[in-house]
Amino acid sequence: MDLVKLQRQWVDYRASLYKEGFLDEQFTQLQELQDENNPDFVVEVVSLFFEDSERLLNELTTALEQQSIDFKRVDAHVHQLKGSSSSIGAQRVQTSCIAFRNYCEEQNVEGCLTCLQQVRLEYSLVKTKLEYMFQLEQQILSAGGSSPM
Amino acid sequence: MRLLHVFGFGLKVGHLLWMLCCWVASMVSMNWFINGEFKAAKASLLGASGNKMWFKFWDKISSHSFKIHHEYYQYVGSKRFSKAWWRKLLPSWLIGWVLASVVIFCCMSSQAAEKRKETLASMCDERARMLQDQFNVSMNHIQAISILISTFHHGKNPSAIDQSTFARYAERTAFERPLTSGVAYAVRVLHSEREQFEKQRGWSIKRMDTLEQNPVHKDDYNPDLLESSPVQEEYAPVIFAQDIVSHVVSIDMLSGKEDSKNVLRARKSGKGVLTSPFRLLKTNRLGVILTFAVYKRDLPSNATPNERIKATNGYLGGVFDIESLVEKLLQQLASKQTILVNVLDTTNRSYPISMYGSNASDDGLEHVSHLNFGDPFRKHEMRCRFKQKPPWPWLAITTSIGILVIASLVGHIFHATVNRIAKVEDDCNKMMELKRQAEAADVAKSQFLATVSHEIRTPMNGVLGMLHMLMDTDLDVTQLDYVRTAQASGKALVALINEVLDQAKIESGKLELEEVQFDLRAVLDDVLSLFSGKSQDKGVELAVYISDQVPEMLIGDPGRFRQIIINLMGNSIKFTQKGHILVTVHLVEEVDSIEVETESSSKNTLSGFPVADRRQSWKGFRTFSQEGSMHPFSDSINLIVSVEDTGEGIPLEAQSRVFTPFMQVGPSISRTHGGTGIGLSISKCLVNLMKGEIGFVSIPKIGSTFTFTAVFTSSFSSSKKYKSQKINNQSNFVSTEFHGMRALVMDPRPVRAKVAKYHIQRLGIHVEIVSKWKQGLSIISKGGSAKNMVLIEQEVWDKDLRGSAHFLDNLDKINRGTPKLFLLSNSIRSSGANNTSGVRNLTIIPKPLRASMLAASLQRAMGVENKGNAYNGELPRASLQNLLIGRKILIVDDNNVNLKVAAGALKKYGADVVTAARGIEAIELLTPPHQFDACFMDIQMPEMDGFEATRRIREIEQDINNRIHFGELSVEAYNNVSNCHVAILAMTADVIQATQEECIRCGMDGYVSKPFEAEQLYREVSRFFQ
Repeated sequence: MDLVKLQRQWVDYRASLYKEGFLDEQFTQLQELQDENNPDFVVEVVSLFFEDSERLLNELTTALEQQSIDFKRVDAHVHQLKGSSSSIGAQRVQTSCIAFRNYCEEQNVEGCLTCLQQVRLEYSLVKTKLEYMFQLEQQILSAGGSSPM
Repeated sequence: MRLLHVFGFGLKVGHLLWMLCCWVASMVSMNWFINGEFKAAKASLLGASGNKMWFKFWDKISSHSFKIHHEYYQYVGSKRFSKAWWRKLLPSWLIGWVLASVVIFCCMSSQAAEKRKETLASMCDERARMLQDQFNVSMNHIQAISILISTFHHGKNPSAIDQSTFARYAERTAFERPLTSGVAYAVRVLHSEREQFEKQRGWSIKRMDTLEQNPVHKDDYNPDLLESSPVQEEYAPVIFAQDIVSHVVSIDMLSGKEDSKNVLRARKSGKGVLTSPFRLLKTNRLGVILTFAVYKRDLPSNATPNERIKATNGYLGGVFDIESLVEKLLQQLASKQTILVNVLDTTNRSYPISMYGSNASDDGLEHVSHLNFGDPFRKHEMRCRFKQKPPWPWLAITTSIGILVIASLVGHIFHATVNRIAKVEDDCNKMMELKRQAEAADVAKSQFLATVSHEIRTPMNGVLGMLHMLMDTDLDVTQLDYVRTAQASGKALVALINEVLDQAKIESGKLELEEVQFDLRAVLDDVLSLFSGKSQDKGVELAVYISDQVPEMLIGDPGRFRQIIINLMGNSIKFTQKGHILVTVHLVEEVDSIEVETESSSKNTLSGFPVADRRQSWKGFRTFSQEGSMHPFSDSINLIVSVEDTGEGIPLEAQSRVFTPFMQVGPSISRTHGGTGIGLSISKCLVNLMKGEIGFVSIPKIGSTFTFTAVFTSSFSSSKKYKSQKINNQSNFVSTEFHGMRALVMDPRPVRAKVAKYHIQRLGIHVEIVSKWKQGLSIISKGGSAKNMVLIEQEVWDKDLRGSAHFLDNLDKINRGTPKLFLLSNSIRSSGANNTSGVRNLTIIPKPLRASMLAASLQRAMGVENKGNAYNGELPRASLQNLLIGRKILIVDDNNVNLKVAAGALKKYGADVVTAARGIEAIELLTPPHQFDACFMDIQMPEMDGFEATRRIREIEQDINNRIHFGELSVEAYNNVSNCHVAILAMTADVIQATQEECIRCGMDGYVSKPFEAEQLYREVSRFFQ
């Protein structure tokens, strides 16, 4: 019954992620793409997203610390971040990126910095949530079950 | 072209009138020439040459007019020419004809004058001749008297004649000389013989001069008072005289001046000699004396004057009263009124002496005729004049005025015609211009519609896709309802846009029909299920009947056929509140038999409500009017489809514009029923594309029946391999399960029973129809083979509950394998169904009947195995897999995550995916020869974006294609692809139109939105991988 409990927990957790807007249907599609041939597809993609995003966030931080800010570069990074977040369905990161890009266009340093904080916050939130979900999945798998997709 | 006809007609009329004028002119001139020939030879000669000249002239004119005619036809196209030309022509035409009429007037009046002159001449000549003749008669008689005297007075001694004898004779023969008032004979007496003569006679010779000098009146005339003649060489005293002139006896004629001259001339010439006219002694009228010499012997005609003088014996004189002579003559001719006659002695030219007639000074026309009274010395002439002035030459006036009037009328006609034509031309040009504008506007409208529809469709697909996905997510009931509503609205919008786009496509002739194999019955079942919900809500009975003659599989465009049926049925459903909607499909060849059926059941319809006679709806079809020309080759199948309803019908005044796009019966219709009013117009176009015709009959308050024909191809006779359309082939899975079973349908209405029979028979079940309970029972109990099922029409069941109970009781008693009972119910919600639900093993089959539903109901009730017939909802995904499996696809994206996701998605469908993170890499990979089937390219990339990369790839491809084309490179090196063009699809998150256009401009083949959506991916990919 442990497994069932875990599974329910997983489902509830996942639903809460959707409900709170951390994830959108793109993540569902991502999960649909995962099959026997490609069992770790979601984890792979999400890890890639983590790596990518961390790199981008670091670059953004350094870029915004510069005396003369290259907004073009900042914008390109934000665009990248927005693209990858929309690809995995990290909806709230994506939304913050949109706001970020608006400030970039305006060349508003204050706004950009605030947004960077916001994006970083959202990113860490979604990362925590997803990692927790993967943990649950791992537990389910180790308990001999499969995620109820 | 019509304009040309008007011109032609105008010309013809003009030509006719011209001919008429010429004819009149030629008649006049001919008349003139003929009259001319009456004249002298010279004149006729001149006339002949004149004739020739005239004909030459005439030839010229007519040839010229023909030339004008001809030229006019040539120039008829140039508007400006004709305008200017006619402006100038009209005045010249009028002036010309005024001149012509003046000339004609002159000609004719001179002719009249000539004629008058001739008349006068002939009259005058005639009178002169008569006068002369009568004078001559008298003269001859006087000559006879002279001969008498020479014979009886001088020839005899003593004389046989004395004064009294002579007087009596002369008196009695006076009628012979009507013009002589008296005759007298004077004898020649020489002076030597005077005394003897005077003695013998007893009177002295008296002289005349005094008498002449003092003319006396008749009353106091006394010869004795006259003086005796003086002594002269010879004397000529009158010895005999007629009683009237007896007073001249004894007067010496030689003593009178005039008389002596006369006498001397007479004896010299031996002819009658005339005096100049003088007043006669007693009557005081103008007269002349004619004197003849009487000779002693007969003289030869060439005797000299001296011989004549010597031989003279005496002189005979006659007095002519010229005045009375002429008067008598004119009275005889009775034309005194018309002409005035003057007779003149013109011996002295300068002083002509008037002998007769008044001297009225009329300077008009005068004719002179010479008179010959036998005296060569004296000249006389007759002058004749008309009494009246010449009359006005009315003929000439009227003719010329007439011609002028005709000419001006013709001119007016031409002028009016030309003006009219110019006006019409202008109007026509204006119309053409307007028409062109209208057409341009129409085209623009169609283009606009097409563009807008297309533009709306693209984002709408996005909206619908997202809604679709939304429905798959975890939604509560309310949310789901919202989403469903949104999706339904979206679908309706897309459908509407599709309709508009269809219309625009059809209008621009871009719509083409598919040719695939399809099952007509399945299509109709499908449509039926589409409308079943609505019909059940409304309580309208819906039914389809397809004739057995119609083949199972047809080749044509099922989608468009379906569209027509849906349009027609949709309208019917919309406007029908009660009754039924019946769709019937027959072969056109069956129509005769349909007609027979319809006649027999004109009141007996599916639901019992009266319907419009559908035969009326195809009355105007060409297919039936030209029976013989129906496609003789056998693989074409002519279907005739009727959709009959018992709705409110189409108002008569709106029936004419039913097929006009966007025309609804009235504005209120679209408010109450919705719709664009485009459906029927599209249906008509589609029917036309299917080589068919559409028609309808509609009676307000009773219903409408729409009928159309369509030509399909039979799938059996066609050797072509058509790909069978993958619509759910419901008819296939039910084909065998019920084979050989027997059913009884209980329905009093033949039409409805026929529909039920048709559907049940499709399952392979043998069907019998009865209309009453009793009949049914008897068939079940006595029939040769057991019935497996009894299908009862709900109406029968509800109407006679007791009968049904009885039937059920009896059914139980029959031990021959109780048949299952089914109730054919129109509405699940109706009360009757509830009543019966308690009854044992009674299954309700909801209408409309269709094979799948029927089969499912039967299966459930009869317990026949249902070998799951899951609808293949994964169609797009499966198809996508088919399309993509084994394809080599390059994905270019700078975002690792995106790259990974896209690659994952495509890999899932079996594609062989290669990834590239930069545009330059993509160019390297895609430089031919390569193995890629397609490339998905992100647009927004650093260094080189997707547009630029695509542009470069296309340049390279173009270069290679050219070089292969010119033989610089071998085709083999490039995988035998003669024209390399790799499909490049843009991946973009924004679906704004500008981006799409940019994609197409730089050589991309399409775009997919990021993240991937299965349906959209399928749509795009399927365009390249067939």
